[in-house]
Amino acid sequence: MELEVLIDQFQKKDAKAFEALYQMYNDSIFGVINTIVKNDDIATEVMQDVFIKAWNKADTYAAKKGRFFTWLLNIARNAAIDKTRSKSFKNSQQNQDIDFFVHSIESNDQLDSKVNAIGIKKYVGKLAEKCKQVIEFLYFKGYTQKEASEELDIPLGTIKTRNRNCIGELRKALEV
Amino acid sequence: MDSKEYIESGILELYVAGALSQKENEEVYAMMQQYPEVKQEVLSIEAAVVSLTAATATRDTSSIFDTIKKKLGLSSSTASDADETPVIPLQEKKSSSLFRYAGWAAAIVFATGLLYTAVLYNDLESEIEIVRAEREDLKNKIYEANSDLTAANELLDALRTKDIITVPLGGQQVSPESYAKVYWDKKSNSIYLDLQGLPEPPPGKVYQVWSLKLNPLTPTSLGVIEDFAGDKDKVFDLENANESEAFGITLEPAGGSESPTLEQLYTLGVVASNP
Repeated sequence: MELEVLIDQFQKKDAKAFEALYQMYNDSIFGVINTIVKNDDIATEVMQDVFIKAWNKADTYAAKKGRFFTWLLNIARNAAIDKTRSKSFKNSQQNQDIDFFVHSIESNDQLDSKVNAIGIKKYVGKLAEKCKQVIEFLYFKGYTQKEASEELDIPLGTIKTRNRNCIGELRKALEV
Repeated sequence: MDSKEYIESGILELYVAGALSQKENEEVYAMMQQYPEVKQEVLSIEAAVVSLTAATATRDTSSIFDTIKKKLGLSSSTASDADETPVIPLQEKKSSSLFRYAGWAAAIVFATGLLYTAVLYNDLESEIEIVRAEREDLKNKIYEANSDLTAANELLDALRTKDIITVPLGGQQVSPESYAKVYWDKKSNSIYLDLQGLPEPPPGKVYQVWSLKLNPLTPTSLGVIEDFAGDKDKVFDLENANESEAFGITLEPAGGSESPTLEQLYTLGVVASNP
């Protein structure tokens, strides 16, 4: 089914469309949340809240404002960051590397049953350090271009071009 | 800017990341509508990012959807059994206008309640502030009272000491009504003066306390009473290491004098020869 149609039905509170979208994005959303909270159980809990929220405020999404995936991504990152700031969140955290997502991918046994897994593992293994950082900040942490530029101490325009090159490498590996 | 340049700028990657402003997002959307190649580029970038982020999922969460549905109270129908009628949407359509109005009314009542609560909260907040200040005040008073009490107890203890010498000072010519008492603790070389019976000194004047030797008359200043008016119980303590034979109190200019102004001798008393 066309993505636009699915989204439209989802916004009309169609549970089947909701499920289809869930199965399309649950791994991504879980991965992003887990990159922030760094705990599978907490990430699962947060992911439930994220999709419940998405369902409840489905009507606030508008194609004009951005991609549906990006919209979900935003809800997920905000919920995950809120979680890390909550009182109940005990940060006993193992891995505080800024490229935590690379670690997740490289150690991910789940991947072996999935399409493109080889491409992804190869890709992150070869990624330049500066690509790991910019990708972690922009896609997993939800930094704006300005925030990423300040955090990495590189010019605003460089973020844009560096990120394009990094995603370009990824697309080559995935052939998309 | 043509579409190729636009694509090369890297803005579309930021668009998928959600790193652009709302205004920029709308611009990108307009470009996507205008140029199919821009839209295609966005779809490819999105596919790559979805794959990348999905690869970080260290747990299979596909079955979690059931929990989510349960929490939302959605019907158990899945994509596979299409015949089952979803319950929730039907109920929503059926809801009569009466229910809708009731909903609005409830919303208004709720909003009013919320507002009232907010006002109440503010009031309480300032009340708490006042109570807090009052409590602070009380605490200080208790503290003062406690230290007053301690001082009084110390004084009482001192006056009850066995070896204390009591010297009553009688009023003199300049102020016959005046009187005072000296309690002299020879061991600790200190004296307590009870000056309850002296009038308040006029402005610019202070009482000065003297230890006297009588033969020949030799006065030694023990000090001036700086804050006579401000002292509530009019009991003062001074040091006295002299072999005093008498005590006198004179009125002197502020700061005190080298030797007593005998015309302004208020009270005088002789130490009993052998207590």
